[in-house]
Amino acid sequence: MISYPENDAQVIEVVRGARAEHRALGIFGAGTRTARDPDDDSASVSSCQIRGIVDYEPAEMVMTVKSGTPVAEVEAALAANRQMMAFEPMDHRGIMATSGEPTIGGVFAANVSGPRRFTAGAARDSLLGIRFVNGQGQVIRAGGRVMKNVTGLDLVKLLAGSQGTLGFITEVTFRVLPVPPAIETIVISGLDDLAATKAMAAAMALSVEVSGAAHLPASVIGRFLNGDLPKGEATVMRLEGLAASVSVRAAKLAETMEAFGPVSRLGAYESCVLWREIRDVHPFADGSKRPLWRVSVAPSVGHQLVAALRLEACIDAFFDWQGGLVWMRMEADPKAELLRRHIRAIGGGHATLVRATDEVRALTPAFEPLPDGVAALSARVKQKLDPAGIFSPGKMG
Amino acid sequence: MVEICESSGDHGIASGYELRVLKQPGFNMNSIKFLPPRDSVLSRREEIISQLKAMLPRGSLVHEPRELVPFETDAFVSYKQMPLAVVLPENTAQVAAIMSFCYRNSIPVVPRGAGTSLCGGAIPQPDAIVVGLSKMNVVLDVDYENRAAVVQAGVTNLRISEHVGADGFFYAPDPSSQLACTIGGNIGMNSGGAHCLKYGVTTNNLLGVKMVLIDGTIIELGGKHLDAAGYDLLGLVCGSEGQLGIITEATVRLIATPEGCRPVLFGFETSEEAGACVSEIIASGIIPVAIEFMDKQAIEICEAFAGAGYPLDVGALLIVEIEGSDPEMDDMLSRIVDIAGRNSVKTVRASQTATEAALIWKGRKSAFGATGRIADYICMDGTVPLSKLPYVLSKIAEIIDRFGLRVANVFHAGDGNMHPLILFNANDPEDAAKAEEAGNEILKLCVDVGGCLTGEHGVGIEKRDLMRHQYSDDELNQQMAVRSAFDAEWLLNPSKVFPLEGRAI
Repeated sequence: MISYPENDAQVIEVVRGARAEHRALGIFGAGTRTARDPDDDSASVSSCQIRGIVDYEPAEMVMTVKSGTPVAEVEAALAANRQMMAFEPMDHRGIMATSGEPTIGGVFAANVSGPRRFTAGAARDSLLGIRFVNGQGQVIRAGGRVMKNVTGLDLVKLLAGSQGTLGFITEVTFRVLPVPPAIETIVISGLDDLAATKAMAAAMALSVEVSGAAHLPASVIGRFLNGDLPKGEATVMRLEGLAASVSVRAAKLAETMEAFGPVSRLGAYESCVLWREIRDVHPFADGSKRPLWRVSVAPSVGHQLVAALRLEACIDAFFDWQGGLVWMRMEADPKAELLRRHIRAIGGGHATLVRATDEVRALTPAFEPLPDGVAALSARVKQKLDPAGIFSPGKMG
Repeated sequence: MVEICESSGDHGIASGYELRVLKQPGFNMNSIKFLPPRDSVLSRREEIISQLKAMLPRGSLVHEPRELVPFETDAFVSYKQMPLAVVLPENTAQVAAIMSFCYRNSIPVVPRGAGTSLCGGAIPQPDAIVVGLSKMNVVLDVDYENRAAVVQAGVTNLRISEHVGADGFFYAPDPSSQLACTIGGNIGMNSGGAHCLKYGVTTNNLLGVKMVLIDGTIIELGGKHLDAAGYDLLGLVCGSEGQLGIITEATVRLIATPEGCRPVLFGFETSEEAGACVSEIIASGIIPVAIEFMDKQAIEICEAFAGAGYPLDVGALLIVEIEGSDPEMDDMLSRIVDIAGRNSVKTVRASQTATEAALIWKGRKSAFGATGRIADYICMDGTVPLSKLPYVLSKIAEIIDRFGLRVANVFHAGDGNMHPLILFNANDPEDAAKAEEAGNEILKLCVDVGGCLTGEHGVGIEKRDLMRHQYSDDELNQQMAVRSAFDAEWLLNPSKVFPLEGRAI
């Protein structure tokens, strides 16, 4: 059973009803990011009918939106004022083979970010304020609409990325940034994963403000720009800003990168397409349900993780965030234990099973299991927001 | 319901609520209360001290009243209270042992970095053990490949940038007290600074922490990787004002130092023109590193102190800092000058040398100290939406006039974080009371126009009793409940942040 409340009062009613009847309640937007758990026959509540831009002051670079508003509507309103969400949220429809319109509430509830995350911050860093209904059916506002705010506990960060397990977000207020007038991409060809990692670290040590750094191994290269990237591996670095800045910085970056390998450049149009494809994990938008992992580790060791796993499993992978975000597709078995053991061995991080068949999902914890102390603390925190444990119990550890 | 301690009387070694406003101590200010001290702790003072002594290395315990004096207040000097004792642990294990001891004995704990809090966040209370992190001042790991540094919590903010500066990196958040304040304190208060318009505040530059919970459990959140595996507890801990645990180590983001930077002064006839110029710069798509605003009073005070060459014939001054290579800065600057021109700018002065640039910032960063030389003051920290800046400035002038006081306005205009300095005479109790009242009105005004009570200084004791103006009962109760998930007995910095009455413990 899915309910579609249209306002705070109706959300409260749904939550209080579930609480009174001790029913679990799944919260989602348009459901484009997660396939529903096959064993989950619990009631769900969707934000899709709570929509509309509440307030948008382009000169203040702040927007307030109801949570069920389609991301496309938000992006269109921003684009009309040459502004954007700096964290460039990815669109999961390609890899998940889902349809529908992703919602802005879903973006923040799952803390969805794209390639610019490693320099511009995650969705949670842009999120200034929220309004949500907690497990007791109370409306809670947290944060506000100003950029600097340290008044009380930061429940905004806590709710961002809580995957609908702590409350039903009905409204979000976030910071936006101007769309950079110029964009260019430097491509270094033929680097192996280790050399690419070194090149990206060298680029990030330069004062050129790289806003995207990804490494695309040979196995995935054909899936970008219709196969138009130079042959072999491609290590790509994005520069954005005022036209004069980008041209100065591109020259400086290209000069440094020539020491690593042959350098070519992509103009604005191809850059926009390429970084969108990286953002949306285009190589693995293959219509399959083969297990797909999203792994976050320290940038310098992402390549080690992949190298170690290749010895023991059949995987395909590419790197974003200077090497620290690894998108990894397994052939059949998700190899969760193996993957998580290797992550611990290289100094820690986390792996999320983004996609898999229903059978695999039923057997594999999607989120990284937490150490005991943190797990106990997290459970206590959940209990304080959702005392009856109605919001997707068990979903996040 | 909690009983409020009314008197400024004698609690064992406590000296009560004595005011020590900058130059003239002696006047008692007690409008902000602390929780009454626990008799169960005070009566066991000697025993507690001897047990702490047995747990810690020599030189790590301070308990003689005379030696406790430096710990009785922080930069919110209007209030002071003696703690029961101060411990200065040298490592995480010692912090854990102390916390576990305090937890078992129900002793309040007040964490302390360098004691530079402007809101009383580190002011102790008579039944509390202060855990000072000053001895934990080691830079543990500098990792340029991952653009991260791991430091102990007592390392000062500026030291991180100094440590990595020669290699072309820096740590971005730069509170005015950066020479003294510690990274642990910065995390506790989610500190900002002048340059956060571009780089964000502490929470945006923090990758991980090691922290000790009240029962002595040591946990690690985050690391050199990005984002949290489960709930964003790191985001929750940052800015929690020492109420959730004690941070002992931090992993922070390092950023490549820009090729150059250039602060430029823009003088305007009126605050309205300066405000409009700020809005237009932001809207144009240029994000300077910093946009600082000073009104006439602030310009005069800072110029007299620093001799930075600020124009004295203007009503409002903007310091706009841009960075990048020379051609980039020339390009940006010409755009900003155009915008300023459209907003009737009177004076434009770009720094020509590094010395000039440093002087421009010296004037701004010494605003608080320079003001302290000419009068007693209290510093507000509300944030307002940018479009409300001109309105709020005129209302502040009205409020201040009504109370017959003076105000100097310096603030981070790019993000709407205001710092009105209300000048008063601490020798005159009536004047002091008026200043406090005017300050409260200004903060309520900030909330009423859609802003907040505090942008970067924190709530502490200073703004605690105004929290109900910003939050509903349900909202405060929700925050307090989450706080209880970390510290069910409210032993950690218990007199701070949440109003003492009606606490949901």
